[in-house]
Amino acid sequence: MSTTATATTPYNYAYLDEQTKRMIRRAILKAIAIPGYQVPFASREMPMPYGWGTGGVQVTASIIGPTDTLKVIDQGSDDTTNAVSIRKFFQKTAAVAVTTSTSAATIIQTRHRIPETPLTAGQVLVFQVPTPEPLRFLEPRETETRKMHALAEYGLMHVKLYEDIAKHGRIAKTYDYPTMVAGRYLMAPSPTPKFDNPKMHRSPALQLFGAGREKRIYAVPPHTDVVSLDFDDYPFEVNKFDRPCALCGAENVYLDEVILDDRGGRMFVCSDTDHCETRRAEGHRGEILGQEETRA
Amino acid sequence: MYVAVKGGERAIDNAHRLLASDRRGDTDIPEISTNQIAGQLKLAVARVMAEGSLYDPEVAALAIKQARGDLIEAIFLARAYRTTLPRFGYSRPIETSEMAVERRISATYKDLPGGQILGPTFDYTHRLIDFGLAGDAVPEPPAENAAGLEPAPHVTRLLNDEGLIEQNATRSDAPPRDLTREPLAFPAGRDLRLQNLARGDEGFLLGLAYSTQRGFGGSHPFVGEIRIGEVEVEFFAEELGFAVTLGRVQLTECEMVNQFKGSASEPPQFTRGYGLVFGQSERKAMSMALVDRALRAEEFGQDVTAPAQDQEFVLSHSDNVQATGFVEHLKLPHYVDFQAELGLVRRMRALHAAARADEPDEAPPEEADEPVEDREAAE
Repeated sequence: MSTTATATTPYNYAYLDEQTKRMIRRAILKAIAIPGYQVPFASREMPMPYGWGTGGVQVTASIIGPTDTLKVIDQGSDDTTNAVSIRKFFQKTAAVAVTTSTSAATIIQTRHRIPETPLTAGQVLVFQVPTPEPLRFLEPRETETRKMHALAEYGLMHVKLYEDIAKHGRIAKTYDYPTMVAGRYLMAPSPTPKFDNPKMHRSPALQLFGAGREKRIYAVPPHTDVVSLDFDDYPFEVNKFDRPCALCGAENVYLDEVILDDRGGRMFVCSDTDHCETRRAEGHRGEILGQEETRA
Repeated sequence: MYVAVKGGERAIDNAHRLLASDRRGDTDIPEISTNQIAGQLKLAVARVMAEGSLYDPEVAALAIKQARGDLIEAIFLARAYRTTLPRFGYSRPIETSEMAVERRISATYKDLPGGQILGPTFDYTHRLIDFGLAGDAVPEPPAENAAGLEPAPHVTRLLNDEGLIEQNATRSDAPPRDLTREPLAFPAGRDLRLQNLARGDEGFLLGLAYSTQRGFGGSHPFVGEIRIGEVEVEFFAEELGFAVTLGRVQLTECEMVNQFKGSASEPPQFTRGYGLVFGQSERKAMSMALVDRALRAEEFGQDVTAPAQDQEFVLSHSDNVQATGFVEHLKLPHYVDFQAELGLVRRMRALHAAARADEPDEAPPEEADEPVEDREAAE
């Protein structure tokens, strides 16, 4: 067993010991072999709290190597506190190159978003998952939900979506929107807005999902069907914004609402900061910047 | 131009610097040493070792210092350190009957072999703030018993001789299950349940234990025995072919004796609940024993009706490192999910307003601004 401690830390490469990594890699392989199936794994205590990305961090730690380039985002941004903390963790323990560029990264660990720039073959997207069980809020018992998955008995979820329509006139699920993977397993996409669900469908990238506290890993292999649940008369729709990004002018991207003052002033900007910066570097100007600078 | 504020590396670094200086506090006051913590805040150290699952008073004391006295944070530090340690194997089962007893009491017998030994306990003190302690009070030296202690067999063994209490399961050579090495699956056997409870949050177990005494899954307990003291830990070394002593650990053990009516095939017998924790922690050991017994409901053909009897409920929520992480993660940004919810509520409100505008003659409807239901916490 290798115990190569890096110069700056007394811990093994990428924090986890090699035996643990092997155990997690086995779980990942099984997850890839059964798309959408939640594989139990012996999740370890990590030096960050449960609920703050321990599952994603363990998956990343098990697949990362010195030649990788890592990007970490939270809410679409590289600069949110937790993304900074996790990126630093791997810089320290795995001596790995980091980037904010989606296309330059080999591994992207994310919480709550999928980058706007389409992913390519060879990239791995690692999701941090709080509640891997899509049926959890309908059935609290693990013994029951595992049985429901085994029997592909997903009527409960369809009833929930139907009840939404009856009550609210629409499916009132805006994020963590349930999907069917490869026509077999119901899967929680993690609390990404449903805006991002279509990006998972037949993505050329490998998508891995790690839930540390709940001790589950699941996967969507490249080019796998990921279909959001809906009804013929109520087809799945993504969240829409009625304006472009105020900074880069991008349309059809996910926007964050930023409150500007206490008089109701607000603007909408790209949630994906890398996408926004890249577009601005290319000369795109949104409403706010357009007033200040002339278009390059 | 407005720049969206999103954390920032420098802000985080500065927050950590502030934390470090806040931890130290006023530098005119001498820094607390880990020896002082280990020697004078023993029960805090014991709790960190027990729930951190790591018997190392020095690491526990350091963790308490680093955590500024926040014991759950200290437990978290101990766990995150423990998980990186290489594992050689499992020790041999410890023999608590050979414990060097510091305290041993029974509530079921007035006197018994080995005697009632009160030991260092708050039990019979008046809870009056001792203002003398604010200074450098040197306590009287403890009284010594020159004769030494006679052996103290377990109370349950005495009951066993009469067949009055259920037999403990015979020792099995199968390796113990270990929830730190494999994910917990339900239903969980008693070995895993006890491991989970031993690591579980003292406050959570205390509340559950209390609930069993107030009718939510009662089991009519008696404290057969509580004993506190050091035991030897032995490890069987394959290379040597015999067991070697690794050291001694202080433990608190509680054996509850619970009522049980018996069945057609079995005569009436008492049943057991068991608690075992690192260090001196009677509250935790007793709570553990009560919850252990409650979780055995099915085994004795009792209906599972109360939270303390429900293993998925108890075992999934007992771990304070998991619980605190997930509860506190709500502090993390949730902008994008909240944005999705904002959009939905605005659209639904617009529809609602439009519907009301279409029906001007109706009686004023009741305020329908109820929030969308089924909003599971945005994670």
